[in-house]
Amino acid sequence: MEILVCVKRVPDTSENEIEINSSGSDIQRDDLVYSVNEWDNYAVEEAIQIRDNVGGSVTVVTVGDDDAEEVLRREMAMGADKGVLLKDDAFEGSDGRGVAAIIKGEVEKGNYDLILTGAQADDGAGQVGGMLAAMLDMPFASLVNRIDVVDDKKINVGREIAGGNQEMNEMSLPCVLSIQTGINEPRYVGIRGIRKVASVEIPVKGAADLGVDAAVIGAANARVKRLDYFVPPAGEGAEMLEGGVDEIIEKLIDMLKSKGGIK
Amino acid sequence: MARQIFAYILHKDGVADDTALELVEAARRLDASAPVTALVLGTGADLDKVCQEVAATYKEVWKVDNAALSYPNAEVVRKVLVNLIPKGAIALVPHEHFGMDLSPGLSIKLDAAYAPDVVDISALEGDKLTLVRQEYSGQVSTHVACDLSAGAVITIRAGAFAPDESRSAGGTVTDKSPDAGDAGVAGRKFLEIIEAEVGDVDITKSEVLVSVGRGIEDQDNLEMINDLAKAMGADVSCSRPIVDAKWLEKARQVGTSGQTVKPKVYLALGISGSFQHMGGIKGNPFIVAVNKNAKAPIFQAADVGVVADILEFVPELAEKIAEMK
Ligand SMILES: Cc1cc2nc3c(=O)[nH]c(=O)nc-3n(C[C@H](O)[C@H](O)[C@H](O)COP(=O)(O)OP(=O)(O)OC[C@H]3O[C@@H](n4cnc5c(N)ncnc54)[C@H](O)[C@@H]3O)c2cc1C
Ligand SMILES: Nc1ncnc2c1ncn2[C@@H]1O[C@H](COP(=O)(O)O)[C@@H](O)[C@H]1O
Repeated sequence: MEILVCVKRVPDTSENEIEINSSGSDIQRDDLVYSVNEWDNYAVEEAIQIRDNVGGSVTVVTVGDDDAEEVLRREMAMGADKGVLLKDDAFEGSDGRGVAAIIKGEVEKGNYDLILTGAQADDGAGQVGGMLAAMLDMPFASLVNRIDVVDDKKINVGREIAGGNQEMNEMSLPCVLSIQTGINEPRYVGIRGIRKVASVEIPVKGAADLGVDAAVIGAANARVKRLDYFVPPAGEGAEMLEGGVDEIIEKLIDMLKSKGGIK
Repeated sequence: MARQIFAYILHKDGVADDTALELVEAARRLDASAPVTALVLGTGADLDKVCQEVAATYKEVWKVDNAALSYPNAEVVRKVLVNLIPKGAIALVPHEHFGMDLSPGLSIKLDAAYAPDVVDISALEGDKLTLVRQEYSGQVSTHVACDLSAGAVITIRAGAFAPDESRSAGGTVTDKSPDAGDAGVAGRKFLEIIEAEVGDVDITKSEVLVSVGRGIEDQDNLEMINDLAKAMGADVSCSRPIVDAKWLEKARQVGTSGQTVKPKVYLALGISGSFQHMGGIKGNPFIVAVNKNAKAPIFQAADVGVVADILEFVPELAEKIAEMK
């Protein structure tokens, strides 16, 4: 099976507290630790496992700048066979529709049976996968937490729905799936693995190579634009317990007792 | 021409979802002068029941009855909606698993803008709608400009728009089934629902929950959580990353894709307070949050907060409670 996985380089929220810069135009990017979007890591792991079971190849692709190359290498160290960087000044400022249109160019140049994205990225939009599928007229399922390969034309997928229940669907290939966390346990990537792929050539493709529709990419064509970042006026919020640890614990125990929290 | 707004109604077993009321409020906030139509898709007697219920809040209700819609397969629903929703209109959809499945592709097929997971509406000037979203699991908010000139699909976060339940619309139900076109799709077929496995505790019945999140850092550290829960006489629940890592069973996950709990007391330890997590906590419990980041969103939802490292705080708390007994 030929599998394409879309990955994005994002600030790692488990490593950083996200703060806004003084003008509110952006988050504070100095000293941020970046990594591959959490969901995308699960998507790559799933692709690798499918390839190891049924054969084929895994290609990871990202739309980004030169720094984005590092996430491709990381996923290749995990076991992806190839990486492709989609980069062009014309791509800058694209909205989700623009990003999907750029990736569509790469899909059409290849011969993929299965295209995976993460369920959502840093801004929690969860849009690129579903948009890409609609642009390609391929079937789509979101929040996938299980994939069973039936044959080279069909797979069965589980979608995560409310209450921990799972919705099973039969999908015909090629199709696009967005992957939910927990579908597998992504393998650990050590520094040695990354070194091994450090000198592998990663092709870079621009708008002309991909034949991207210029009318939907770039900031000028974004229908949805971020205006600013802000911190909403604090509501009442919690009563914060202050003082020494012993003092705080004493207060907390009193409160818990009075609310029936200690039996 | 007046802007038209459509609201997609989620329903199950003949009952409309709570979001049906919230979408009408979001529509009113968006453009109070726009006519709002509820879209109710499904089949059979249950569908008619939902239409009657929804007509109490929406002046216009469009019903589509088709056997292919007995289960809401997003691919089928999308195809029907593309035939029903006129160019330039605004479609509001709840932002949950079905809305996420349906909406991005719907925006492409309608050639409309897409604004996901909206929590507030700030302004409308001409075709420029200013919305509020959150990023980095609620750590920061953003204003977003959405161009409505070609229409828009907007998904609305559950609970973000408090409904005005006093309104009564006395709406009319119109059968749009003939206009819905061919609802058949190739490529994705619904097979079955696999129900969640039952765990060794039923946290939906627990009165006191000690809930642990990614802040616990390591599986071995769960021991201190168990100790605290034991000292308090509480059950242990958790946020999603703990289940993803297979440190605790799925039946202990609180949230929109896990369990809905109704405890009296909820202790959130090293949990940031994402809306998917908080969406699983009902019944207005007394919430205590312990987090090392003073700006964590959980402190907005909690009654009492402590800024501390749980790896140090929890053992001390457990010890004091155990001593006291
Ligand atoms: C469709 C969908 C459904 C979802 N459903 C659910 C669901 O049902 N339930 C759910 O929980 N999530 C769900 N999620 C995931 C959700 O978006 C969040 O990613 C998740 O809730 C975050 O869990 P967390 O708060 O434990 O981790 P994080 O967001 O990583 O927060 C960890 C917190 O711990 C704090 N911390 C770190 N170290 C320490 C320490 N030593 N001491 C004290 N504090 C510390 C940090 O400051 C941070 O605030 C869903 C997501 C999607 C897309
Ligand atoms: N710039 C990008 N390059 C490659 N893939 C992306 C990019 N942005 C988003 N994606 C993919 O789309 C998924 C959902 O992202 P989003 O729609 O931005 O929430 C991510 O998990 C990625 O798989």
